[in-house]
Amino acid sequence: MTQSREMTGAPAFQLRWAGGWLPKTINLVFSILLTFFGLLFVTFLIGRVIPIDPVLAIVGDRALPDVYARVRQELALDEPLYYQFWLYMTKVLQGDFGKSVITSKPIIDDIIRFFPATIELATLATLLGAFIGVPMGVMAAKFQGRWPDHIIRVLGLVGYSVPVFWLGIVGLVVFYKWLEWASGTGRLDVFYEDIINPVTGIMLIDAALAREWDIFFNALSHLGLPVSILGYYSLAYISRMTRSFMIEQLSQEYVTAARVKGLSEFRVVWRHALGNAMLPLVTVIALSYASLLEGAVLTETVFAWPGLGSYITTSLFNADMNAVLGGTFVVGMAFISLNLLSDFLYRILDPRSR
Amino acid sequence: MSVGAPPEQGLRAWLLAAAPGSRWQARCGNAYLAWLKLRGNPLAMTGLAIIVALLLVVILAPLLAPGTPYGQDLANRLLPPSGDHWFGTDQLGRDIYTRVVHGAHLTLIIVVLVAILAAPAGLLIGTVAGYAGGIVDTVLMRITDVFLAFPRLVLALAFVAALGPGIENAVIAIALTSWPPYARVARAETLALRSSDFIAAARLQGASPARIVLRHIAPLCLSSVIIRVTLDMAGIILTAAGLGFLGLGAQPPLPEWGAMVAAGRDFILEQWWVATMPGIAIFIVSLGFNLLGDGLRDVLDPKQR
Repeated sequence: MTQSREMTGAPAFQLRWAGGWLPKTINLVFSILLTFFGLLFVTFLIGRVIPIDPVLAIVGDRALPDVYARVRQELALDEPLYYQFWLYMTKVLQGDFGKSVITSKPIIDDIIRFFPATIELATLATLLGAFIGVPMGVMAAKFQGRWPDHIIRVLGLVGYSVPVFWLGIVGLVVFYKWLEWASGTGRLDVFYEDIINPVTGIMLIDAALAREWDIFFNALSHLGLPVSILGYYSLAYISRMTRSFMIEQLSQEYVTAARVKGLSEFRVVWRHALGNAMLPLVTVIALSYASLLEGAVLTETVFAWPGLGSYITTSLFNADMNAVLGGTFVVGMAFISLNLLSDFLYRILDPRSR
Repeated sequence: MSVGAPPEQGLRAWLLAAAPGSRWQARCGNAYLAWLKLRGNPLAMTGLAIIVALLLVVILAPLLAPGTPYGQDLANRLLPPSGDHWFGTDQLGRDIYTRVVHGAHLTLIIVVLVAILAAPAGLLIGTVAGYAGGIVDTVLMRITDVFLAFPRLVLALAFVAALGPGIENAVIAIALTSWPPYARVARAETLALRSSDFIAAARLQGASPARIVLRHIAPLCLSSVIIRVTLDMAGIILTAAGLGFLGLGAQPPLPEWGAMVAAGRDFILEQWWVATMPGIAIFIVSLGFNLLGDGLRDVLDPKQR
């Protein structure tokens, strides 16, 4: 853009206006809206093809015909599909995913209650993966073809191949039963439950705010195993990507130039090369965070972790479609937001993409 | 070289001919060169060996484990691994080794069916979007993005919730969540191809868009899609096993490995082998596909190295 400004001699702001951020922003907003719309449409369609009759689920199969008809009308099931979709969309936009068929509580309340547990798990796992995975990847790139490199390769291959639910079960046997290093399933030991008031829903923060350090450390010991297992997947992915970005950077001429100037190897690798490799890494870390939301479904089941993943699966077995679709939609939105965030960070961090 | 090649040089010479006499010979020659490269990659060969072993286990299951995977023996419940029961027995006294061996075909069926359903769909959507461009491209890619926006397992869960649990519905659900990356790959390849001279030549000769996409572009995108599918196989196996573990895939008493892990979960603290053995089977098979996929990518797709 600077080039074209020099050529035409026009004021900068005009050019920015014409070919710059505004059309890009409009484009971005448009594509977000479309994806959001599509997300809604998919959950709506899945909700429509279910073989379960939502009216029967509410009134039971011994209801009188007029009760059945009234509930059917209340649910707007007689209206044309496009109108039902419109109703569905306006409701979701107001945060209304309907009521749970089982508990008759609004779905959104359940989601607000269960989501922080998943966020706690996924965030800690990503932090673990990033803080160990990035240095490991750097070492693998620096000693390419030697043992740090082989370790990364094996870790990655195992990480892409081992079923997460199985790893969780084996982890429980080894670290809880045999070694007694970790606590068992759930977020807290039974006698600590329901003592502290959920402020954020994130147990560590809530316990620290209430200055209940016993509970804090108990929560930490419960987090250890699931976070390590999820973090391992994140580590396998992040270290592998770091390795390939670093190999690319280390073969560049500026690295040779820095070495020729007499900079220490440490500075060349960790400041110059890693500094540039960090740009694509931000995207990788965000994506791995998003994929942990998915890995959390199985991990939460294994560890009886009361998060959104186990909420979706439990609701599924109770034939509670509203809850399943609400949960699915929220996970999808989180996924999209993280993708957008990574895109946004990339634009801010990399001056070339502006 | 091929014209004057003496016949006693045999198959190898025919395959390696510098100037192949027919299209068939050129194809075989290329495949042979790829095979030679793959053979030099020990990890890929390990993967191939694992997959061949899986095929052999599926074919030879009645010989390897003569018993029935459903035979209950309540007197011998939850026995540890021994000479009689190599992997021990489960909560109904069934031999776990027999069940793991007989479960191999379920895993193979799931992977093959998902590949058959999802790969052509992705290939078709990607090539059509890439070749047509404009509004068709925008609409198809937007749909692809929506499907990519869901985490795969969660979307599969929602589909299974709608369709009902069971192995057929698990296959459909996984296929519905698998095609978007293939469409992306096929579209990218198509965009690179669509303005080439040979496509223009085909168009000038009066070939219809359908013919150009199906006969000229799709075959060239095939190898990228196949690599992508092979790399994805492990993910498909893990998703299927995950659905089975959650009780939404294959239903008991079918010896599906994920469901077997789930059944063993209740006894894990005392009888670790019940859940461990099928888990190792899942791990080995998906490792095999990962190794082979990595090797294939190195051999067939030098761009992405």
